[in-house]
Amino acid sequence: MSADFAAALLATDGCCPPGLTTWNGSAPAQRFGVYRNNVVVGLVDALADSFPVTQALVGEDFFRAMAREFVRAHPPRSSVLALYGDGFAGFIEDFPPAAGLPYLADMARLEYLRVMAWHAADACPLAPAAIAALVGDAAVLADARFSFHPSLFLLPSAHAVASLWTAHQSESAALTLAGLDTAAAETALVCRNGLEVEIFCLRPGAASFVASLMQDASFAAAAEAALASDSHFDLAETLALLLRAGAITGIITQRRKS
Amino acid sequence: MQPAASRPSARPHRSLPARAGIGLKPEHFRAILDTAPDIGFFEIHAENYMVDGGPFHHYLTRIRERYPLSIHGVGLSIGGEGPLDEAHLDRLAALLDRYQPESFSEHLAWSSHGGNFYNDLLPVAYDAATLVRVCEHVERVQERLGRRMLLENPATYIEFAASTMGETDFIGEVVQRSGCGLLLDVNNVHVSCTNHGRDARDYIRALPLDAVAQIHLAGFAVESDSLGAPLLIDSHGAPVAEEVWQLHCHALDWVGPMPTLIERDNDIPALPVLLAEARHAERILERLLPVAAESAVS
Repeated sequence: MSADFAAALLATDGCCPPGLTTWNGSAPAQRFGVYRNNVVVGLVDALADSFPVTQALVGEDFFRAMAREFVRAHPPRSSVLALYGDGFAGFIEDFPPAAGLPYLADMARLEYLRVMAWHAADACPLAPAAIAALVGDAAVLADARFSFHPSLFLLPSAHAVASLWTAHQSESAALTLAGLDTAAAETALVCRNGLEVEIFCLRPGAASFVASLMQDASFAAAAEAALASDSHFDLAETLALLLRAGAITGIITQRRKS
Repeated sequence: MQPAASRPSARPHRSLPARAGIGLKPEHFRAILDTAPDIGFFEIHAENYMVDGGPFHHYLTRIRERYPLSIHGVGLSIGGEGPLDEAHLDRLAALLDRYQPESFSEHLAWSSHGGNFYNDLLPVAYDAATLVRVCEHVERVQERLGRRMLLENPATYIEFAASTMGETDFIGEVVQRSGCGLLLDVNNVHVSCTNHGRDARDYIRALPLDAVAQIHLAGFAVESDSLGAPLLIDSHGAPVAEEVWQLHCHALDWVGPMPTLIERDNDIPALPVLLAEARHAERILERLLPVAAESAVS
């Protein structure tokens, strides 16, 4: 019985499961439509909450039509709706009507990481003094590994999604967007700092450095790879950014398996 | 002597006060901590807090330190055809263990099927097979959580030809067989009775009123069915309607003073607006509580 009911909830043909009755002989299909509407609108609303800039980029009508198709093709597998939308970016990538906005899928990826960061486990960021103490001992620092806040994510993109996202946070988004080259490659750094999720745009060297450290490379190896990939890599600036973002939770100075 | 694990209900849970409460909304987190409103309790939707960390837990921890708490599940799918999702029950148990709420409640409805979650409270047929299944599910929940749960009467828009018993009889049987309590949602009574041509007061009187431990009040939206009869939608997007306040007063005459929640999940107004609605509910409760109010002062 539930199988018919469930299938009809996501159907687009307006069909109604069998075996429904009404006290006054009114049409069951019309009343069943209340459930279908509740389900689809509720899930589309959940996506709209999680992907506000993606919505702003295409407008509400386009977004809701696209979200409806996603909801019907990929209903949630978990009742924890806060994390619904994993897969929305991939869906957008293959959604022909959105092909004119090549950065839209990565914007959805960035916004999903933002939701993940928002709800990620709590952890205590390292105080800047703890790093200052290490910087004096080059040999120890060279071999050190970093541990990071559970909310830290990197998103490398062929498009300027971090700048685009940032521009959309200001009241005068249209003004800021005017000079933006969306085709410029960027890496976004996402991290929750206290109760706020922040998004930064990293230069190629900084992105390489953080990515290496997140994969448990040593400080020296990460810095070397960063410099090799980007001669403008600024180690001090990148460390300062990680500290300011509350991204570093520990520095392990003795070599050991993670 | 039995090991403690075999009798999980041994741990006593304090109950919610017979006062008015409101649903806890992220929009109001800061205002609640800043203004410390005088309110009987807060209620949360369990699933919203099934995340690892971050602002939701930050604020709930601080608000829970100051107020009684009701945890209300919307995703357990107690009326579902398959077995309960044990992973979901585990998450629920962890949440209850962390926040030690005075009350836990869920719905007589289903929301998951075939691994998909539909995010709505969907109706069940009232027949013998469903009754057995719902009782098994309620008993499993109570066993896993180590406490009595409250089951909420549903708001529905259609009925099933397969039903062989009335909704109130069905609920009565579940309460009797499983030992669960009843969360009387007065708005749901009004919505369902309007949608199915029943008398709301008769409906309430046919429920196992001794088991009622909490009341929900909310607002509805008005549509109409294909014949033009009113079809009420349980929207939680409007203030409590006058008809529902009146029905609530009758219900209180029958069940006595009860913890009463003002539910609002859509078009959420500023905190003072919800607090004013809660104060209205509290004034109704106070009319029933002259003796208790005096003894509380002395």
